[in-house]
Amino acid sequence: MRSTKALPYFLLAPATVFLCVFFLYPFVLVAIDAFTKGGAVTLDNFRTMTSNWKFPETLRNTMLLAAIVVPIQLVMALSMATIVSKLSAGRSAILYIFAIPLGLSDLAAGLIWLTIFEQSGFLNSWLVSLGLIDKPIMFLGYQNKLVIFIAVVLAEVWRATAIMMVILVAGMGLIPKEYHEAAEVFGASPWKRFIKVTLPLLKPSLQTALILRVILAFEVFAVVAALAGTQFPVLMGETYHWQFTLQDRGVAAAFAMLILVISIAFTLLLLYLLRVPKEARL
Amino acid sequence: MAEIQIKGVAKRFGAFTALHQIDLTIADQEFMVLLGASGCGKTTLLRIVAGLETPSQGEVWIGGRRVDHLPPRKRGIAMVFQNYAVFPHLTVYENIAFGLRMQKQPQSEIDQRVRRTAEMMHIEQLLERYSGQLSGGQRQRVAVARALAMEPDVILMDEPLSNLDALLRLEMRAELKGVLADSKTTAIYVTHDQVEAMSLADRIAVMHQGRIVQAAPPVEVYRNPAARFVGSFIGNPPMNFLPAKKLGADQFIVAGSAIKGPNASGDIEFAIRPEDMAIGPGGIPATVRVVEPLGAHTLVTTDVDGKIFRAVLDSNIEASCGDILSLVPRADRIRWFDPQSTSAIQ
Repeated sequence: MRSTKALPYFLLAPATVFLCVFFLYPFVLVAIDAFTKGGAVTLDNFRTMTSNWKFPETLRNTMLLAAIVVPIQLVMALSMATIVSKLSAGRSAILYIFAIPLGLSDLAAGLIWLTIFEQSGFLNSWLVSLGLIDKPIMFLGYQNKLVIFIAVVLAEVWRATAIMMVILVAGMGLIPKEYHEAAEVFGASPWKRFIKVTLPLLKPSLQTALILRVILAFEVFAVVAALAGTQFPVLMGETYHWQFTLQDRGVAAAFAMLILVISIAFTLLLLYLLRVPKEARL
Repeated sequence: MAEIQIKGVAKRFGAFTALHQIDLTIADQEFMVLLGASGCGKTTLLRIVAGLETPSQGEVWIGGRRVDHLPPRKRGIAMVFQNYAVFPHLTVYENIAFGLRMQKQPQSEIDQRVRRTAEMMHIEQLLERYSGQLSGGQRQRVAVARALAMEPDVILMDEPLSNLDALLRLEMRAELKGVLADSKTTAIYVTHDQVEAMSLADRIAVMHQGRIVQAAPPVEVYRNPAARFVGSFIGNPPMNFLPAKKLGADQFIVAGSAIKGPNASGDIEFAIRPEDMAIGPGGIPATVRVVEPLGAHTLVTTDVDGKIFRAVLDSNIEASCGDILSLVPRADRIRWFDPQSTSAIQ
């Protein structure tokens, strides 16, 4: 009996040890890097980080991007999931098609959108061949910050909406059909059914999808790097910049800690906002 | 006034025909039970009346209004689901209030109706609880209260008691009957449980393979089955059937003895309920196989010409395996069926 009880822990032990060695330990090292300078405990790295002229813009860009991309993705993922859940045939084919961008690395996704927007890209050649413009436009130039922002939003939406949708489709599949039928019989229009029954019962999946997406949104890096270079600084890009260009591990670590704190804060916020009391669970 | 008329309703799922041309009228305030084995189409018919399923053809009328093209919410119905479908994210109060809120009733009216129906179903102390904190029986009560609070013209129930344990089922059955009689709504109730059907119904519609075989008051269905299926499906133990060989104008040979029957052109089938026989001289010779004392009666399973033949006899009989009993059927309880069409012969 004793051995069967211990077995699950025994089987999980290697993975736990692995995580501790290759995640927790480096994490502690990064934290030490962030809070020390020349062996002394200090907040200097954070001061350097926040006093840099690019920092306010960096923080604002990252937040703005998350604030715009995540709601768009949420609405799109919800609509798509609702439609997909209603399909009786061809459901998996459509899921696979939607999931294609998930198979790409974010850098590849950024590069795909770069080939569309750059000066010799698809968009320009189409516009020229259609006679709408005389010569290619530099969409992603430093004068066109808004276009850069829109391009990044498009690429992010294109790349990562499917992951939310897949989670929401799975969540919707868990809601018994009878609840919708009951709502229908008791007078709820399709929209009311969505608001009063689907959304509340979907809370756990919404929570998972949003936490995942929000964390990824704060870690946005390669798509921005590919499309905007240094025109549109974001937190992760600055981390990279301080680590490899400016060779200052301490400030890079401070950035990493900041991203971590923001991610944890938003995760806790989402856990709180979308909590479901135990007795009210499905 | 909410009479329900089902006119020529058929439902096909691809090549499978779930319902063939159903015609049924349910009077205002009548309690109609759709009874049949699983897969007979009773739930499909109920869902068509509810609007959760669209008929392939035919019409549904409720209270003089054609409704088959309307969504469920515009039909003036309420429904009790087999798995209750009590919303887990809402309290009992909000569950009962759900339909009223959708109708945008004033808060005072909602509160009044929720409290009244909760009291009627004896769940007034549970109003602040969630579904997850309720027992099956309590959830059942919430589902019924939610339907009654709507004060609907028609209440539809899909096997509402099938998930309850036997004792609770008995209790809820009696309670449902009382509450629904008071509410003066027209009710359609789907069940596969014949005892439930008998005890609740004003009329029972017995369904078999997508057709209504008989729609009649419970005693009528029991005493005068319109078809062989009804006799074999209703009654526990079911009706006994024996071949009847034509002898003369209205004379038939059943298990070796001559019995007067109806005017028929050829061989027919003789049928008798197990409780409509007594031991006496000149009856059907039956070889006892199993004797099961049930207290009030004794169920004797016998063999007549190689066919199973059951009799419910007085519990003081002394019979044991291998004995040959002479079972005399009550003449007025004998029924006859046409072996080809399987329908009853008057």
